[in-house]
Amino acid sequence: MEVGLHDFFAERVARLTDRLYGTALRLTRNSDDAEDLVAEAVAKAWAKLDELGDPQSFDAWIQRILTNTFVSDWRHRRASPEVAMEPEPEDDEGEPFSLFEKLHQPFLLWWTTPEEEVISKLLREDMERALDALPDAFRIAIVLVDVQGYSYGEAAKLLQIPIGTVRSRLARARAQLQRALWQHAKDARLLNRHLSAKAQNA
Amino acid sequence: MPKLTVSCEEVLKHLVAYLDRETDAHTTAEIQRHLEECRGCFSRAEFERRLRAQVRAAGSRPAPERLRARIKKLVEEF
Repeated sequence: MEVGLHDFFAERVARLTDRLYGTALRLTRNSDDAEDLVAEAVAKAWAKLDELGDPQSFDAWIQRILTNTFVSDWRHRRASPEVAMEPEPEDDEGEPFSLFEKLHQPFLLWWTTPEEEVISKLLREDMERALDALPDAFRIAIVLVDVQGYSYGEAAKLLQIPIGTVRSRLARARAQLQRALWQHAKDARLLNRHLSAKAQNA
Repeated sequence: MPKLTVSCEEVLKHLVAYLDRETDAHTTAEIQRHLEECRGCFSRAEFERRLRAQVRAAGSRPAPERLRARIKKLVEEF
C-alpha cells in the first residue's frame, strides 16, 4: 500500500464525512442506515481507488459511489416481491405548484418582499422535513439532481428509467416540496403576522 | 435598452431546465440575456436558485462521532 495514497484517502474522507452522511441521511431517512451506507461507500471507494482518474474529482467520485450503492440496493428491493414498497409514481407532471407565485400575490407585495422573508427564515430542519416527506422515487430524483448535481441523463441511466420520467418526477417532487414549504410558511408564520393571517386563505 | 428576443412566458417555460443546466447553448444564452434585463423573471430565477441552494445544503449534516470513529477505524485497516 502506498502511504501517500492512504493519507490522501483518509484526509479526503474525513473532510467529506458530513457531506456523505447528509446525503446518505436524505436518501435513507434513517441515521443507522445512513451510517452503514457511508461505511459501505468508503469501503467500496478504497477497493476501486485505482479507477479514480483525476484526484481532483475525488469528492464527486465518492459521492457517486455512495449514491449508486443506495440506488442499486433500492432498485433491488423494489424488484423483490417480499418487500412492501411505495407504489411507482405516475409519469405525468402532476399538479404544478409554485411557492414564488404564492408569495407574489398582490396583497403580500404591499409591504414587503415576501419571498425574501420566507427564504431567509426557512431553517435547515424545515427543508429536511419537507424533503423526507417526499415519496422515495421523488426524493431520490431531487437528491440526484439538486443535491448531487446529476444531469437528467445521468439520473435516468442510474435509475434505469427514461429521461422524461426523471423530468416528470422532478417536477412533481419540486411541486410537492414547495407546497409543503408554503404550508409551513403559513403554519409557522414565517410571513409577518398580518400577512400570515391573509395568506391562510390563499 | 436592447429589445428582448424571448418573452417572459418563454423564459418561464424553460426556467426549470435552464436552472438544471439542461437547455441548449442558444436557449441558455437567450434566457441569460432576458434575466439581465427583466427584473420580474430575474427575481423568480433567483428565488428558485436560493431554494435549490437550501435543498443542496440539506445534503450535508454533521456526522455523529460514532460514525467518524467507525470510518477512521475502517480506513486505518485498509
